Amino acid sequence: MAKARVYVTLKEGILDPQGKTVLRALKALGYDEVQDLRIGKYMEVSLDGDDLTELGSRLEEMCEKLLTNPIIENYRMEVED
Amino acid sequence: MKFGVVVFPGSNCDRDCFYVADKVLGQSVEYVWHKSTDVAGFDCLILPGGFSYGDYLRTGAVAKFSPIMKSIQEFADAGGMVIGICNGFQILLEAGLLPGAMIRNSSLKFICRHVLIRVETASTPWSSTAARGQVLKIPVAHNEGNYQVSNTTLEEMKRHGQVVFRYCSEDGSVQGEFNPNGATENIAGICNRDGNVLGMMPHPERASEMELGSSDGLVIWNSLLKHFEMSADC
Repeated sequence: MAKARVYVTLKEGILDPQGKTVLRALKALGYDEVQDLRIGKYMEVSLDGDDLTELGSRLEEMCEKLLTNPIIENYRMEVED
Repeated sequence: MKFGVVVFPGSNCDRDCFYVADKVLGQSVEYVWHKSTDVAGFDCLILPGGFSYGDYLRTGAVAKFSPIMKSIQEFADAGGMVIGICNGFQILLEAGLLPGAMIRNSSLKFICRHVLIRVETASTPWSSTAARGQVLKIPVAHNEGNYQVSNTTLEEMKRHGQVVFRYCSEDGSVQGEFNPNGATENIAGICNRDGNVLGMMPHPERASEMELGSSDGLVIWNSLLKHFEMSADC
């Protein structure tokens, strides 16, 4: 069994309405040091198998096919035992 | 003309589309379940609005893997007419039948009201009965209608006349203040390069009879019927 983590973020230049709203709320609370805030998605995936390289490349395929939309999103992933 | 209304789990405008094809346009129409792969005999497939698969992950992201989608791709490749309305548009984007992607409305609110859209080109099978610049009143009802596309792709789309509808004012002015959802350049509807696949956020099926406050949606349906008659004559 392996555990994987996938972090999905909006690409630079793609407007993040949620992030903007939270940023405004933080500023309203007086956190003036906050310059920017962007909201993404975090996924935990349990994978059956021992070959981490193979599992990694399968997960990459899943990211490209379904888990992310490459037009608007970037992702980063980690796979470990 | 024979319409097929594709039904995904979570579609909720399928009956409205069916009603318009059947009762308003007087055409033959059938529902097509998303697990079917048979689209033979149809002249136009409608991907209706709704919340396919609960909009989980991203709108349209799961629906694009429904068995019917491969057949729709082949149908479109062969020149078949395909229209995606609202969630149907989102599915066409996820499936890559149309360029770009949808993100959440800039207001973070679900928007459900009549909007005005300007016909940007009358040279598509979906807009030929309109005049270029004509303003249509058609309702929207969505949370993710904020259309995003790369500059390079957008320029290419403009060169090929693929931007079909833009949100506008009553006198047809396309400005940020008339943009309900933050969509790039007020884009409300686009087509593919060949023009046979249309995606739009406003719901023409909800504006096809005056009893509903507007019948401007008929512009789209009548253009489609005209296109069909003309291609049948050839």
